[in-house]
Amino acid sequence: MYVSPVREPLISGEKSYSKVTKDIYAPMEGKPGKLWYAGLTAALIALMFGGYSIFVTVWDGIGTWGLNRTIGWGWGITNFVWWVGIGHAGTFISAILLLFRQKWRTSINRSAEAMTIIAVMCAGLFPLIHMGRLPLGFFIFPYPNTRDVWVNFNSPLLWDVFAISTYLTVSVLFWYMGLIPDIGTIRDKLVPGIKKKIYSALSFGWTGSARHWARHESMSLILAGLAAPLVLSVHTIVSFDFATSVIPGWHTTIFPPYFVSGAVFSGFAMVLTLMIITRKAINLESYITKAHLESMNKIIIATGSIVGIAYITELFIAWYSGVVYEQYAFVNRAFGPYWWAYWIMMTCNVITPQLFWFKKIRRSFAATFVISIFVNIGMWFERFVIIVTSLHRDFLPSSWSMYTPTWVEVGIYVGTFGLFFTLFFLFIRFFPVIAIAEVKSVLKTSAEKFIKKGK
Amino acid sequence: MEEKTYVSGYFPDDKDLIVAIKELQEKNVDIADVRTPFPVHGLDKVLKYRRSRLPRAGFVAGVIGCAIGFGFQAWVFTQAWPLNFGGKPFMSVPSFIPVTFELTVLFAAFALVFGFLISSKLGPGSDNIIYDEGVTDDRFQILLEVKNANGDALQESLQSVGALGVQLHEVKS
Repeated sequence: MYVSPVREPLISGEKSYSKVTKDIYAPMEGKPGKLWYAGLTAALIALMFGGYSIFVTVWDGIGTWGLNRTIGWGWGITNFVWWVGIGHAGTFISAILLLFRQKWRTSINRSAEAMTIIAVMCAGLFPLIHMGRLPLGFFIFPYPNTRDVWVNFNSPLLWDVFAISTYLTVSVLFWYMGLIPDIGTIRDKLVPGIKKKIYSALSFGWTGSARHWARHESMSLILAGLAAPLVLSVHTIVSFDFATSVIPGWHTTIFPPYFVSGAVFSGFAMVLTLMIITRKAINLESYITKAHLESMNKIIIATGSIVGIAYITELFIAWYSGVVYEQYAFVNRAFGPYWWAYWIMMTCNVITPQLFWFKKIRRSFAATFVISIFVNIGMWFERFVIIVTSLHRDFLPSSWSMYTPTWVEVGIYVGTFGLFFTLFFLFIRFFPVIAIAEVKSVLKTSAEKFIKKGK
Repeated sequence: MEEKTYVSGYFPDDKDLIVAIKELQEKNVDIADVRTPFPVHGLDKVLKYRRSRLPRAGFVAGVIGCAIGFGFQAWVFTQAWPLNFGGKPFMSVPSFIPVTFELTVLFAAFALVFGFLISSKLGPGSDNIIYDEGVTDDRFQILLEVKNANGDALQESLQSVGALGVQLHEVKS
């Protein structure tokens, strides 16, 4: 097998096939540590607070939120778009990077995809709450009903329903199909008992047969080919929620590519934030190395720069269009009452990622951790700026208004963090965080041990 | 119930596995199955497997999804409930594209996944027999089916190509 003499090893240390199994199985063995329980408890408390906030919203009504007649979308939709954006890294890593045959994806695709699925669940909650009557949420699906009406297929909000539910379904299928060989590995590691029975059922009777592998490979490739345009379509359609309206600041054709790159940007940042902690917490340092960090940071520079160019293009086009409303929307963003939100967005999204041009910074775990958090804050403010500053001063100055969230809206946001981390903690406890079989398949070309031998 | 007997042996490395398979093929030994911890590159070519028909199943399902997605929206807006949205045409093809695309992907993905599971006989409750639990860890296993009581000969030929842990398995199926 050809081993590249220049490429940096992706798996450090002396690793054999069975060492890989042992290392990745280790965090699932025995009793979980105190840190895990502490984290799960904190997440559950946040989740309950979020549940209570949703209850208050439904019981007392939308008046408990800070929205008003001018500003009909606030934190709820901001958080929806933010979470959907976070949910773009996983399928990007496992689908698009699979098509490009990037070997470094094997160490992070599994956990990134889990984050995608969880983030999309968190996102889906907000439109549901926005609809007001939660039990009637199914009205958004076209089903034969006694009212004899159908949903409006001309509405981007309905496209969202299809895009996000398809994205969630396909991501779950893709993730789980990748998981079954690894669940098989876990099953074979366990001693006979109830746990082995559960993993045995979850592994779908995986045997590792060459015929199955051949089909599995063929299926994964085509699924990746389908998932790649799907990832791009989801945030494109989310951006249509804004772009197809006539609000100055929203009605722009640049939105789809701008939103998609912003989504990948924030998704990668979230994956980095969490994986930098996780690799330390469960001793996966030799699988998630500086080589992975550098590759991911390069994508952050690329997507971050696209976002930066999009901001500047928007400003230019507002001036060039000669439309006074459009021009005012942008002047108001930068220098109006919400100037601070705009400049937080600009600093975090345009300036901080440019630090990754320095090799020292993009190969430093500490620096990347800090910058990834800045990116997430910046991307949250981007959505806040787009939604709130475009709405709060509309065409009639008499209806201009200001918006501040109440504790209920903040509580629901905190609650989605609770949901995210609860599921993430359960995931790292009960499933292999790294794709065992996939790491083994690149071991001979990418592990330090074999690269040294090759030289 | 039919009783079958298999001979199994394993190799600790994928390179040895491919060499051994080629040697066995030269001796005209039929290989019942090969089980590996990860997809070994080029193994399906050595074993002369047909190309999987899954991509075709995915394509057909995608076309069906596309037709249903587009057809349904067109039917709703021209036949079932033609609503006037600001004087726009009822048959507004561009606005049907997003939902059509999503349904295409959804149908194809389901066809691929269920096609894979059904053709491989995998699923919850599947009772596939695992001959060696090391296969999902670091063992590359060859399985040969015993026909006409040639078990000893098969064991010998497996040992001669360097397989470890050669043994007989009796299976009721």
